[in-house]
Amino acid sequence: MASISAAAKASAAFAHKHELAAAAPTQQRQFASSRNRRARGGCVRAVATPAQAPRAPAATGSVKTPMTTTEKILARASERASLEPGENVWVDVDVLMTHDVCGPGTIGIFKQEFGDDAKVWDREKVVIIPDHYIFTSDERANRNVDILRDFCAEQKIKYFYDIKDLSDFRANPDYKGVCHIALAQEGHCRPGEVLLGTDSHTCNAGAFGQFATGIGNTDAGFVMGTGKALLKVPPTIRFVLDGEMPPFLLAKDLILQIIGEISVSGATYKSMEFVGSTVESLTMEERMTLCNMVIEAGGKNGVVPADATTFKYLEGKTSVEYEPVYSDAQARFVSDYRIDVSKLEPVVAKPHSPDNRALARECKDVKIDRVYIGSCTGGKTEDFLAAAKVFLASGGKVKVPTFLVPATQKVWMDVYGLTGITVPGSGGKTCLQIFEEAGCDTPASPNCGACLGGPRDTYARMNEPTVCVSTTNRNFPGRMGHKEGQIYLASPFTAAASALTGYVADPRDFLV
Amino acid sequence: MTAAPLLSLTDAATVAAALAPSRAPTRARTQAAARFPTAVSLRCRRARPLTAAAATGGSPSSAAFHGECYVVGDNIDTDQIIPAEHLTLVPSKPDEYRKLGSFAFVGLPTAAYPIPFVVPGEESSRYAVIIGGANFGCGSSREHAPVALGAAGARAVVAEGYARIFFRNSVATGEVYPLELADSGASKECKTGDVVTVDLDSSVLINHTSGKQYKLKPIGDAGPVIEAGGIFAYARKTGMIASKSA
Repeated sequence: MASISAAAKASAAFAHKHELAAAAPTQQRQFASSRNRRARGGCVRAVATPAQAPRAPAATGSVKTPMTTTEKILARASERASLEPGENVWVDVDVLMTHDVCGPGTIGIFKQEFGDDAKVWDREKVVIIPDHYIFTSDERANRNVDILRDFCAEQKIKYFYDIKDLSDFRANPDYKGVCHIALAQEGHCRPGEVLLGTDSHTCNAGAFGQFATGIGNTDAGFVMGTGKALLKVPPTIRFVLDGEMPPFLLAKDLILQIIGEISVSGATYKSMEFVGSTVESLTMEERMTLCNMVIEAGGKNGVVPADATTFKYLEGKTSVEYEPVYSDAQARFVSDYRIDVSKLEPVVAKPHSPDNRALARECKDVKIDRVYIGSCTGGKTEDFLAAAKVFLASGGKVKVPTFLVPATQKVWMDVYGLTGITVPGSGGKTCLQIFEEAGCDTPASPNCGACLGGPRDTYARMNEPTVCVSTTNRNFPGRMGHKEGQIYLASPFTAAASALTGYVADPRDFLV
Repeated sequence: MTAAPLLSLTDAATVAAALAPSRAPTRARTQAAARFPTAVSLRCRRARPLTAAAATGGSPSSAAFHGECYVVGDNIDTDQIIPAEHLTLVPSKPDEYRKLGSFAFVGLPTAAYPIPFVVPGEESSRYAVIIGGANFGCGSSREHAPVALGAAGARAVVAEGYARIFFRNSVATGEVYPLELADSGASKECKTGDVVTVDLDSSVLINHTSGKQYKLKPIGDAGPVIEAGGIFAYARKTGMIASKSA
């Protein structure tokens, strides 16, 4: 039973210690160095202020009550000196994001409760991003974007990323695309802040060391009028990821590994903080992938401590002053998970649950009908570069229809624009050239639609009971359209490898 | 009756409407204060399975939901509760609110759930109480999910556990009363169509068909918000926002 032993091996890389308080730093160090072959990543750099933090350490100063990053952000936002998990506090919200699916309902509640003439609490803090059901002839979907547009005009909303010409998204310079990636690219994600959004993947922004979580229309309507939200302070689970990332793994593998370990409800009502040498080595886009899917474990928010990578990404994107905060060395975590990343293998989540983990190579007999690369989780520039790397290494053609949907207009320009990024090692080829040579479908306009099975005419929606390998985030029954469809969640590496073989495939077949 | 303080005259009107046989589309979200039973009130838009005392506005001792139950398993996500293709419907618009109800649970796999929650072509469900397993309502933040269940006529969900946002949205909207079972088992032992009573005061789910009883957990931190009648009413009650004057 090779498959079972393989799974056991993968599990062995994953240690779990239940403890009420953080282990003493010395213990952590011993533990980590004994587990890691690499000397560089040997110590857990915990979470105390990194050397690079360019700002005054006011929020990290004398520690009376040790707190986690999440507790500190919520304490500051509620003007409290300290907080305990489980407390319910009113917090000041820095940014409220909504989109075309939940925006109209949010606006409806805002008007009903505060009056037709009411004004939003701050026209520069409400960010409205049409992105879900855009390129469709569905009249109600089109109407919902109109509702957003009217409201933004009436309220003089500063950040409204509108689209009017549906025939060519490029004719709409304001249009961004998938909200969570647009928020990051437009500088709305900032360390230490509170970001709420009417979308469960708002937790994506935890990659910036901020508190970010999804809320419903009614709560959003409340925030819209008051700038405040009643939030329960979550306890934090800490994930220490150490070891060198093998070249065939991506952050998607890490988060699928974690969800498989703790289950789809393993972090319900909890914060998930990601630290360790591997996390420090991740780019911002990869950190987003990690935080994006904490909701799939039930998590309230995810956090990656802000560092030089974060500050560099933010350069030129925002002029707003921000102040990062970090977990104290003595902060209390409900539990600690330690992962030696160097021992992991590419994984997928099999139908019909994001925690139904298997090694990609265990699924090599699963014949597939299509591949989808896109969404907030798996449609960023680096996700396409990763897929291109596999196609380039193989030199072959895809065996199943392969749909590519860049998350945002910026991603589209990076990947497909005339001045697009060239793929390393390709002799100057862009992703576009590589995807064309591999026989992928023509890249589509940036939007979320197919990931969640939007209107029937949505590009790449699963209208038939087919089998799809997808870089998206959920694979519950019906998620991408058809109730009997089967979705294997995977990294862009694994998705591209699967496209090339027509079966769920291990990217090492091409990359090593 | 000891009418809850938040029960205004207009609320009483909705109560009256709910007692009429027609399925009054609730002034869907205009009455944040009026959606929960017990100490407080009801959203009260339907005729069916309310006890009279509760329906007349608020004797805490008589708060109960009674009717047939619809039973689902673990990890029922929001795509199964209301598939995303129907999210073009805006819950704050009364006609679209009703339509959301007609699609409640339409995403459940037909093979595993041969009995539909809402008969195709109808707007509401015969089932007053939903019994679920672990992690009910996981997935997206769509408020359409508790709204669809409430709009279809469900009053309460009794589950082994909830995903956070679904629970929060249920509380904030008052569409369904989210109750948690003290132990597992009910979702396996109860059958769709069993006649049940959810008794809030004694914190128990009674299955009259099987004769079994199941303990419920206390509502916990959400209690004050539920008692106030939703997040807006709670904020007004605690002085966080001004009372709705005009």
